[in-house]
Amino acid sequence: MATPLLSLRGISKRYGEIRANQAVDLDVAPRSIHAILGENGAGKSTLMKLIYGVETPDGGEMLWEGAPLTLASPAAARRRGIGMVFQHFSLFETLTVIENIRLVVPGQARALVARILELGAEFGLEVDPHAHVHELSVGERQRVEIIRCLMTDPKLLILDEPTSVLPPQSVDKLFETLRRLRDGGISVLFISHKLEEIRAICDRATILRAGRVTGNVDPREHDAHDLARMMIGRDMPDPPPMKPAKPGETVLELIGLNYTPDDPFGMPLKDMALTLRSGEILGIAGISGNGQAELSELISGEIRLPFETREQVQMMGEPAGHLGPAERRKLGFAFVPEDRLGRGAVQGMSLARNSLLTAHPLGLIRRGLIAMGEASEFTRRCIADHDVRTSGPDAEAGGLSGGNLQKFIVGREMMLAPKLFFLAQPTWGVDIGAATAIRQKLVALRDQGVAILVISEEIDELFDICDRIQVLSHGRLSPSLETRQTRPEDIGRYMIGAGAAA
Amino acid sequence: MIAVEFILSGMLAAATPFLLAALGELVGERAGVLNLGVEGLMALGAAIAFIIVYHGGGHVLAFAGAGLAGALLALLFAFAALGLQANQVAAGLAIGILGQGLSALFGKTYESLTVKGLPKLSVPGLSDLPVVGGLFVQDPVVWLSLAATLAIWATFAFTKTGLLLRAVGENPKAAHSIGYPVIAIRVAAVAFGGLMAGFAGAYAATVYTPLWADGMIAGRGWIALALVVFGTWLTARIFWGACLFGAVSLAGLAAQAGGVELPSQLLASMPYLVTIVVLGIISSNRRLLKLNGVASLGEPFKP
Ligand SMILES: Nc1ncnc2c1ncn2[C@@H]1O[C@H](COP(=O)(O)OP(=O)(O)OP(=O)(O)O)[C@@H](O)[C@H]1O
Ligand SMILES: [Mg+2]
Repeated sequence: MATPLLSLRGISKRYGEIRANQAVDLDVAPRSIHAILGENGAGKSTLMKLIYGVETPDGGEMLWEGAPLTLASPAAARRRGIGMVFQHFSLFETLTVIENIRLVVPGQARALVARILELGAEFGLEVDPHAHVHELSVGERQRVEIIRCLMTDPKLLILDEPTSVLPPQSVDKLFETLRRLRDGGISVLFISHKLEEIRAICDRATILRAGRVTGNVDPREHDAHDLARMMIGRDMPDPPPMKPAKPGETVLELIGLNYTPDDPFGMPLKDMALTLRSGEILGIAGISGNGQAELSELISGEIRLPFETREQVQMMGEPAGHLGPAERRKLGFAFVPEDRLGRGAVQGMSLARNSLLTAHPLGLIRRGLIAMGEASEFTRRCIADHDVRTSGPDAEAGGLSGGNLQKFIVGREMMLAPKLFFLAQPTWGVDIGAATAIRQKLVALRDQGVAILVISEEIDELFDICDRIQVLSHGRLSPSLETRQTRPEDIGRYMIGAGAAA
Repeated sequence: MIAVEFILSGMLAAATPFLLAALGELVGERAGVLNLGVEGLMALGAAIAFIIVYHGGGHVLAFAGAGLAGALLALLFAFAALGLQANQVAAGLAIGILGQGLSALFGKTYESLTVKGLPKLSVPGLSDLPVVGGLFVQDPVVWLSLAATLAIWATFAFTKTGLLLRAVGENPKAAHSIGYPVIAIRVAAVAFGGLMAGFAGAYAATVYTPLWADGMIAGRGWIALALVVFGTWLTARIFWGACLFGAVSLAGLAAQAGGVELPSQLLASMPYLVTIVVLGIISSNRRLLKLNGVASLGEPFKP
């Protein structure tokens, strides 16, 4: 084998008690798409931050084209030819595409525009250089991030979970781009939880478990089942088949819901009708930006309807459109929002304090005072029951890996024993082991008679757990489709707005 | 007609103290730092400048001294709020009170003394026009403030420095992760704000009303802060807001002189009311607020 582009030898990094990376060895060959695989919290993002100079390793050495490499900052990494697209984007929303790029790439605006268009055409990364970033879809933002990296002429491009934010069509497009980049002489480090994706595009995979390397394979020679076993260290049982639903009384109803958002970039909702009964799971399919955000805020109570139109949202048989989130939760409603940092949890607070945010009615507050003992106990149970990998109730929410924080939030809401449970993108960035566990728990809740509403972009996920599916497209909801009698193609047709014709 | 002439000729000078302080605060807030100490920074600058002019140091030295004093006090704020991550609101208020205290201390022996202001420069040709001619007869600081307004507008509109300030204010984390020294940029922006507030105080005490009285800034720092917010962090709006404020204060004076029967307290409060109403209406546009607002304003950042 030729000299690797990048070699890591014995790289270690710890955060307090947590050993995020332990003696990691890694070789990235030139012209290779190299996967990093691992469960939530295995240390993938940490390793990438070390390679990009955001963090410095505690021990071990890095070699770049055979010569020792030390990086003081991301700017130093960029000078050596390393570029990175973060799991959480680092774009500035109020600036235009070209302004975002100028912050990283030197040069005249006009020359940069020409180069953006040229790279766009060459690698299938079309984007309007003068658009404001907040107007762009997630897929387009990702293209901007990738272009911004490419403009510094990198030899190595790091992509941290690039596909977990993309709708399926954009994933194919991204893969096409990555292949062209590889053929153009660039190596890619690629993180994903979707094993089929890794098998489709990567020629090498390094597997991490609890901060250590546990495997280094060619993913095309192993099936997804094998890879999953290497990741979690044991076999993945197939989920048991779902029992038929036994729907009870109506718990949530939208009756001709109309809503025009204040936000000029929002999507108006038109004439939405939906009925959800206890003991069933209803899925809302569709690509984000078609009214998902508005719908979820209207159901959670973050947006309230005026008193006159409160009947358009009915919860537990009462008009609820005018109620705020706290009042809806009192009716037996629980909610997992799609953005876990910010709406689901407070980054700078401990997990125990984050439990208090929604679980306070469960005896975590006594006579107006916080009962810290109970809060810790509640949190400990949540951590244990939902397999959250963290040091304990006192850990800061922001220090958890993305997937583990999601497991914590879902667990906290489940422990509220809701009658109506609403989740937006419940398994975004969650590894397959944990995603399967979350789905099984949802099905178990449904069998106990809970009504569950799930908004998701992942059609496979909806087909796995939903009794019925409705498609949200351009602010309109399709009629309800029985999952058993529906094929994914039917859903796809409704997504592009051609459903009725089929 | 005479009233209109009076307002037009005096408006820019009346606006200048607000404008200078607001422009400085704008730069700091754009970078994400809320400095509520503007009033105190202006008061300190005013005292220093007055003392220098009184002892014959001249206006150039006076403005330099006032700007330096303002910048130094602002750096003390930066040390607390950015270095030690203290709460920006509390630190700003404390620095403001400190500035006012220092101003009273230094100015104590100068109470009610006066100095000579600055001669006016006129634009040849334009200053002879009927009615609007007065607009073109202004003291040099007014002309320089107009130039500063243009320069700051151009900085935000066209330069990488401007981009960088906006980026740091919107998303300091992202700015850090692409490799910019967020704290250093914010410290520099805050120091610039202090410099401008010092100039504003110097103008108020040695040019606009060249007379020392304790508490002479009289809330102008707070109006400057309000102008920044209601002007939705846009240089041009802040400029027009300051002009409007100046014009309405002069209109009150003109009305009184013209014998209008209104309680003087009401007339004195008019500029505040009109400015807040007008800018309030403008800033109720949510789209503008979303595009121009500073997302991380007042939030501490730990790299
Ligand atoms: N800034 C930090 N402070 C404290 N602990 C941290 C910090 N960053 C990461 N960790 C811990 O290090 C471990 C590895 O985290 P990392 O983010 O690398 O995981 P990951 O493999 O990227 O997981 P995911 O798939 O969920 O994104 C986790 O246990 C996490 O809690
Ligand atoms: Mg990660």
